[in-house]
Amino acid sequence: MENGSEDRTAFYQILTRKIRVLILIVSFLPMILTTGILFYRFHLAYTQKTQAHISELIQKHSDQIDTFLFEKLGNIKYLAHHFDRGQMSPKIFLKENFELLKADYGDVFTDVGLVDENGIQFAYEGPFKLENADYSKAKWFLEAREKPFYISDVFTGLRGHPHFIIAVKIKSDNTNFVLRSTVNFGAFNSMVENIHIGKTGFAFIINADSQLQTKRDIEFDPSVTASIVDRKLYKNDRPFFTKRQNASGDQYIIVSSMLKNIDWVMVFQQDLGDAFHDIRETQYLAMAIFMIGCVAILFVTVALPRSIVRLISRSDKKSEAMNKQVVESGRLATIGELAAGIAHEINNPVAIMVEEAGWIGDLLEDEDLKESENLDEFTRALDQIQTQGRRCKEITHKLLSFARKTDSTINDVQINDAILEIVSLTAQMAKYNNVTITTNLQDKIPYVKISLSELQQVILNLINNAIDAMKKEGGTIAIETAVSPVKENLLVVSIEDNGPGIPKDNLNRIFDPFFTTKPVGKGTGLGLSICYGIIQKMGGTIDVHSHVGVGTKFRIWIPFEDVTPKDKDDVPFNHKQKEKDDEQN
Amino acid sequence: MNKIKLLLVDDEKAFLDTITKRLEKRGMDVTAVYSGNEALAELETNNSIEVVILDVKMPQMDGIQTLAEIKKTFPLVEVIMLTGHATVETAIDGMKQGAFDYMMKPCDIDLLLNKAMGAADKKRLHEEKIMEARMKEITGRRI
Repeated sequence: MENGSEDRTAFYQILTRKIRVLILIVSFLPMILTTGILFYRFHLAYTQKTQAHISELIQKHSDQIDTFLFEKLGNIKYLAHHFDRGQMSPKIFLKENFELLKADYGDVFTDVGLVDENGIQFAYEGPFKLENADYSKAKWFLEAREKPFYISDVFTGLRGHPHFIIAVKIKSDNTNFVLRSTVNFGAFNSMVENIHIGKTGFAFIINADSQLQTKRDIEFDPSVTASIVDRKLYKNDRPFFTKRQNASGDQYIIVSSMLKNIDWVMVFQQDLGDAFHDIRETQYLAMAIFMIGCVAILFVTVALPRSIVRLISRSDKKSEAMNKQVVESGRLATIGELAAGIAHEINNPVAIMVEEAGWIGDLLEDEDLKESENLDEFTRALDQIQTQGRRCKEITHKLLSFARKTDSTINDVQINDAILEIVSLTAQMAKYNNVTITTNLQDKIPYVKISLSELQQVILNLINNAIDAMKKEGGTIAIETAVSPVKENLLVVSIEDNGPGIPKDNLNRIFDPFFTTKPVGKGTGLGLSICYGIIQKMGGTIDVHSHVGVGTKFRIWIPFEDVTPKDKDDVPFNHKQKEKDDEQN
Repeated sequence: MNKIKLLLVDDEKAFLDTITKRLEKRGMDVTAVYSGNEALAELETNNSIEVVILDVKMPQMDGIQTLAEIKKTFPLVEVIMLTGHATVETAIDGMKQGAFDYMMKPCDIDLLLNKAMGAADKKRLHEEKIMEARMKEITGRRI
């Protein structure tokens, strides 16, 4: 037995482990795969989208700046083309054309000037007095001398606000001039400054030396934009996308676009975290959900197998108890068969005895014997034999009807008779246990349509329980029948003992199957639950009231039909009867 | 009315003998045998038997088997089953197979007598009807 339960425990442990592993595999694997794949896909799509959006923006703006530069260069080129030294004095030419430019473009052109080969500005039109200024050392002049045109980097210069110079070489006769114009960069600046994405995304322009061309009040870190001013990077004029890290470890995304007319690069820089803020949030959300999922799975992994195994072990126990019950009822059936056999064997001799007595009675009626002086004694003795024979017959029949199968045939039953039969059966056992059974049965109680043997089974069970409970000290069992004074068409049978009573904790469990307070092997815990089932089947109810130390009272309520009872002393056997193989409990 | 001719079948000799005496005292013509086989043999030789009183519980050939045999070979003979309480169901089976009635042991002699007479009446009525039918058949053939 010990071994068995150890085996069982080991089996339950293995079962628990197997279920756990299975749950872990089938829940974690799909979850990780789904979350991973979905997240990866989403990340990819989102990154591409963000990249495309920024690239588009930068492309557009760099195109605009390109157009702006191209246009301004075109203006100056046009001027240069039309300058003819012989026709008009340079000064007047500049003045006329500068006014035209102002009229068309407003503040964009700050001034115009003509510079000779030696770098001396011999003609100037603009707000400053720069006539005869010497530009021979200026970088833009040196560059412009070599090329047909030149656009300078942005500088603050003498004037204190950002501007750049467009210089176009004019070839006339033998001398070369340079037509230069200062372009105000304000309009330009705002165009770039207006690009803002998120909290940290901004745009700027740098030249080939990584110098800022736009406003300087931004956090510009040259290390981030190093070596992106390289025309090779920009195939098909598409913006270039990269991720960079500065010295302090901050990560940035860099989107840059090279201008077509000049070696400037428009750069958009944004903190990586800021750029992918939404995806980060999604990442956190996904992570949180994943973690919650993990916790839930772990919880289920721990709790579910435990409860499953508990259920299994409970049902195992139940089936064990059921097996015991089956064995028990088998044993009872065997005893029943034996009792039936014995009763039957006794029945035959009794029948013979009664017949013989009858025969003597017949003979006594003969003439000769009628004069015998002891005739009265003979008759009395014979009567006595007949009477006792009948008693024997009753006992054996009762025994037979109990030892044999109970039948659930529904008949009109006289409850009082049924109870008296049980009381007479249990009287002997009650006497041994020092228990007295008293009955107080209401006269003319109505018939009820139930199975006699099932009702008797219930009452016998209750009486046996009461006797069991009072075994030590003895006591009394009072059985009463009555028509319910409260409800119509209801009979009540009450069985009350003055035993030790049932503790309150147990009271609402006593009808539960397998609930027993008896030691293991003594009680199956099925008796009262079977009673409960039987009474339920009859359409009745059974209840219990108990006080510890005072006693216990069971009451059975059975409905009856309100008809005048017919004479049913003998249960007719030639009715069609159905036998149900209920074993005697 | 003629004496009713009874055949009593029971393996319990003491019981059988006494009840035979008591029935004879009450004006019956009783033959007693102790087994189903003997009963069939008796019916074979003595075709005047009208009613068989048959115990259900007997060794070898039991009451039900005997009843089946009797009803097969001698369908007009009426049978009353005699049983202890334990075999009431068998008695019911017997009734279904054509037994006239059943009684429980120990039985009241007067009740048994009444039932035997009832069975005999039924048998005689039955035979009369058969006779009538046969006569009708014969007369009908002549016309």
